[in-house]
Amino acid sequence: MSSVLSVDGVTKTFGGLVAVDSLSLTVEPGEALGILGPNGAGKTALINMVSGFYRPTAGTIRLFDREITDLSLHQIGRLGIARTFQNIRLFRRMTVLENVMTANPRYTRKPLRAFFGFGGRRHDIDEAMALVEFMGLADRADRIAGSLPYGDARRLEMARALATGPRLLLLDEPGAGMNEEETERLIADIHKCRERLAAIVLIEHDMTMIRKIADRVVAMNYGRKMAEGRPTEVLSHPEVKRAYLGTTEGELV
Amino acid sequence: MSLDLALFTGINILLAWSVYLILLTGTLSFANGAFMALGAYVSGVLTAKFGIGYMPAMAMAAAASAVIGVLTGYPALRTRGIYLILVTLAITFFVQTAIENTKFVGGVQGMGGMMGTSFEIVYGSVIVVGALIWLLSRSPLQRVLDAVREDEHVAGAIGINVVYVRLALFGIGAALAAYAGGLYAHHMFFVAPDHFTIIVSVFIVLYVIMGGVNNMWGSVVGAVILTVLPEAIRFIGEWRQGVFGLLIVILLLFRRDGILPFRSVTARSGRKADA
Ligand SMILES: Nc1ncnc2c1ncn2[C@@H]1O[C@H](COP(=O)(O)OP(=O)(O)OP(=O)(O)O)[C@@H](O)[C@H]1O
Ligand SMILES: [Mg+2]
Repeated sequence: MSSVLSVDGVTKTFGGLVAVDSLSLTVEPGEALGILGPNGAGKTALINMVSGFYRPTAGTIRLFDREITDLSLHQIGRLGIARTFQNIRLFRRMTVLENVMTANPRYTRKPLRAFFGFGGRRHDIDEAMALVEFMGLADRADRIAGSLPYGDARRLEMARALATGPRLLLLDEPGAGMNEEETERLIADIHKCRERLAAIVLIEHDMTMIRKIADRVVAMNYGRKMAEGRPTEVLSHPEVKRAYLGTTEGELV
Repeated sequence: MSLDLALFTGINILLAWSVYLILLTGTLSFANGAFMALGAYVSGVLTAKFGIGYMPAMAMAAAASAVIGVLTGYPALRTRGIYLILVTLAITFFVQTAIENTKFVGGVQGMGGMMGTSFEIVYGSVIVVGALIWLLSRSPLQRVLDAVREDEHVAGAIGINVVYVRLALFGIGAALAAYAGGLYAHHMFFVAPDHFTIIVSVFIVLYVIMGGVNNMWGSVVGAVILTVLPEAIRFIGEWRQGVFGLLIVILLLFRRDGILPFRSVTARSGRKADA
């Protein structure tokens, strides 16, 4: 069976700055791949390319057997890559339920036909509510998304991503700014999501999360792959330790 | 209120909705005065010069405007923010100049010979269009549009073809503005290029901004107030324009989001919140 995601020699430059430097990696079916690296290592730039936010300067990206390197955002979204954002991006004026309903593929794919979507009302709401409930937000379903506390906003972003029916989910530092208790809950949530997905990519500085979720880890620095392997191996890799010194040292224990 | 004023009010409500529909995707269009002019002239020429029936002429004018809206919108909608505003203003300016230089429709002199319209036609149109926009506001499409307006990149990432959605609504808004322009032309029996200056485009936008951009009723309130108010304060004579402008400024200072700022929620869970 082919890899869920194959990134092959991908480079992204901004003017003179090389954010990602001929990086290659794969994500296999059923796998959760962790990506770590110090600030500015190019982790977000990498998943921005995978999800179609940036176009690679060089290299190719494939989802299963399909090349997606030059596809536009919505084409990639429709093919089954969903993501969350390092700085949460919800539709803040909508309610929790509406955020999830908006991502329903029936209407994102045929927007003008969505005008005639009256018949599906109850069914659409039930479907979205199932996801809202899945993420533990059922009692807040009618709240305005912009008013949610941080942890709930994170969970809503994941629910919205799942509502697109993705095969691959990209999570960009979902644990940032969470305390221990919240992190534990997040880990459990991510494990639940995995049942619905072919694979998951998790960018994270929090080593607890990496250890508890990732099957395999890629460590990046200066846009390049520094180390790759099982979490314990990568976390004890001398270069990785050095890269983290003085930045997020404390988290590496 | 005189019949004349009532008809202008109805036509202006339709024009306000034409801007509102385009604004649903986050595009502030100053081109709707141009689409109004297109509708006025196309329907006027078809009825006055070719003897085509009223409703077929109106439909053809709306369709022609939609096509031109999509053709001009395609390059225009690649720009955003202030550039897009300038491009839409340029469309208005271009159409006015083009009409002025077209002998066939009378150039700067204008053209006449239209057949008039009626209260029933104007307000029947307001009701039908209003009903359609109300249905839209309750449909899944409303959320797609809200998503595009609020964060076009996230909207794209969840699978919405943002350019297509923006273009479609621009075309629909252009068609509606043209339809309203057709009503205007037939009500006036006569149109000239200086009926469709940039100020007209600006005013239509003002109806929506003043009334409130987040729901269809804001456009109605804005259009009614800004159409009726100048007549109501006619008694103050020469200072009328100044007072009118001042009222608008005061209103926007105190109600930045318009008179009716709310957004209607499109779906409810039907559960009790316990948090
Ligand atoms: N749109 C952009 N324009 C210019 N430079 C960019 C852009 N996006 C990223 N960069 C640069 O690319 C490099 C990698 O950034 P990136 O956001 O991918 O880092 P990161 O690994 O996600 O870091 P962090 O842990 O802080 O999120 C940085 O030097 C950043 O300044
Ligand atoms: Mg980042």
